[in-house]
Amino acid sequence: MQYVIIGAGPAGVTAAENLRKIDRDGIITLVGDEPEMPYSRMAIPYLLINQIDERGTFLRKDDEHYKRSGIAIVQGKVVSVDQTEKTVGLQGGTKINYDKLLIATGSTPLAPPIPGIDLPGVTSCWTLEDARHIARVAKPGSKVVLMGAGFIGCIILEALAKSGADLTVVEMEDRMVPRMMNDIAGTMIKDWCQHNGVNVHTSTKVNSISQDDGSLLVELSTGHKLIADMVVSATGVKPNTSALDTTDVKIEEGVLVDKAMRTSDENIFAAGDVAQAYDFSTGEMSVQAIQPTAVEHGALAAKNMAGQTQATHRGSVNMNVLDTLGLISSSFGLWMGVTGGDSAELLNKERFKYINLQFQDDILVGATSLGLTQHVGVLRGLIQSKIKLGVWKERLMKDPTRIMEAYLGATQAIGFNADVMK
Amino acid sequence: MLKALQLEPEKCTGCLQCEMACSYENEGVFNPSKSRIKVFNFHDEGRFAPYTCTQCSEAWCLHACPVEAIVVNEATGAKEVIEDVCVGCKVCTIACPFGTVNYNADSGKVMKCDLCGGDPACVTACPTQAITYVDSEHTGLERMRSHAAQSIPQN
Repeated sequence: MQYVIIGAGPAGVTAAENLRKIDRDGIITLVGDEPEMPYSRMAIPYLLINQIDERGTFLRKDDEHYKRSGIAIVQGKVVSVDQTEKTVGLQGGTKINYDKLLIATGSTPLAPPIPGIDLPGVTSCWTLEDARHIARVAKPGSKVVLMGAGFIGCIILEALAKSGADLTVVEMEDRMVPRMMNDIAGTMIKDWCQHNGVNVHTSTKVNSISQDDGSLLVELSTGHKLIADMVVSATGVKPNTSALDTTDVKIEEGVLVDKAMRTSDENIFAAGDVAQAYDFSTGEMSVQAIQPTAVEHGALAAKNMAGQTQATHRGSVNMNVLDTLGLISSSFGLWMGVTGGDSAELLNKERFKYINLQFQDDILVGATSLGLTQHVGVLRGLIQSKIKLGVWKERLMKDPTRIMEAYLGATQAIGFNADVMK
Repeated sequence: MLKALQLEPEKCTGCLQCEMACSYENEGVFNPSKSRIKVFNFHDEGRFAPYTCTQCSEAWCLHACPVEAIVVNEATGAKEVIEDVCVGCKVCTIACPFGTVNYNADSGKVMKCDLCGGDPACVTACPTQAITYVDSEHTGLERMRSHAAQSIPQN
């Protein structure tokens, strides 16, 4: 059996490793288009502040890992997939045969349609090469404009601020991380950044970027003009489906897959940020583009590619955790709430503490937190296990911080129910 | 034979010696907020419940880590954080459905129970045997784990 995986990120590498566990004799080829060992984009902010070196970003630290696992790494850009011949074509003409193909090509940064977006000095922060470039320019005293304060913008914000650069953030929406945080939390993150010396413009667009005497002139929709040495663009990403351009594989927002991670072609699977797959909370097919989901997808796709067809997807919970200049925020599932549901909330603006829980009947379906670093994962557990909270729902309505007690109280032998549960 | 922590809430008096012992053993300070084991207070029931990582076989934290900073200790079966490799991204803290991986802002890394390498300090400190270190095949332990993992979907 010949397995080809396009994309050397977390989904692709996890799939390759799981394939090897199941099929000892199969030929496994992992195709990546960057001249690097498989690495984690999640680690780039820590590379930018020199907390780790480039090796610290590698998904697997042992150089011999892939060789020993019998995973061939091929560097090349996929230009075509032939579904009839079952081949993958690389730039330069090389063809690789497959029996089962996995598309794990991740996302690509969106370039907003702004005059000047292609100027040198305007960069995304997506690849190791981008990071090397940013590290060269972002120095004490340099002027940096960050376009976009979504999840990716926010994780690189701290690194840019710590570089000593004079940083200004421009976000189109009315708050920070609008796709992951509600009004209260998104506004508090903005206040926190302002407190910490980062200029944040929300409800503001960049109208144009132009060259001005060796610097960049950034014109905002508010009429403000900013001078910058570098503009970092983090205005969103989209699934990188280009490998399938020559195929009839069904694509909507991302590559549509069923609960076996199989696309509309029975021999082609998709996993990770590129896949539009089953969402636990909504029951719909959606692109989540988060690390834990990418790994879940990769492992599941591998099982199905190797013929373990009983492995089906129960849906991934959308969730994020973010550290913005030391303020830690997280959101889970249906954090925006559901019609007819209840919510509990506790807010301390001065101390930047916030928790918001969303219920449907007595089941937790979503949550948002700020400044919570202890036991935060139990929010995922409560959501994904659909535990009926019973008496604990009323208790959480009064004190939403008691999430761990609610989980233990609802699942373990404690107090009055100890004998019953034995 | 692998061993595991068995936690029995009905024997816990809430004395918090386990938290003190854990924080001292692992962080060198007597500071319950740095403990990897926590005693939860159920004042309505008049009970306490110690809780920490069950070293679950799904190892959600390990699989979610983007930089291979969580590994299995083959001798103890514990899932351990390698501090030098951890970048502090906190993805494991939201991935663990039991809420037992925590972020330590002082170190900028995450921390979780590592069974103290096979001699858990919390077990030694507990005066009422509410925390014991037993063969992982022990039936009571299986019961505790099955409660804990109640219906969390597996792939």
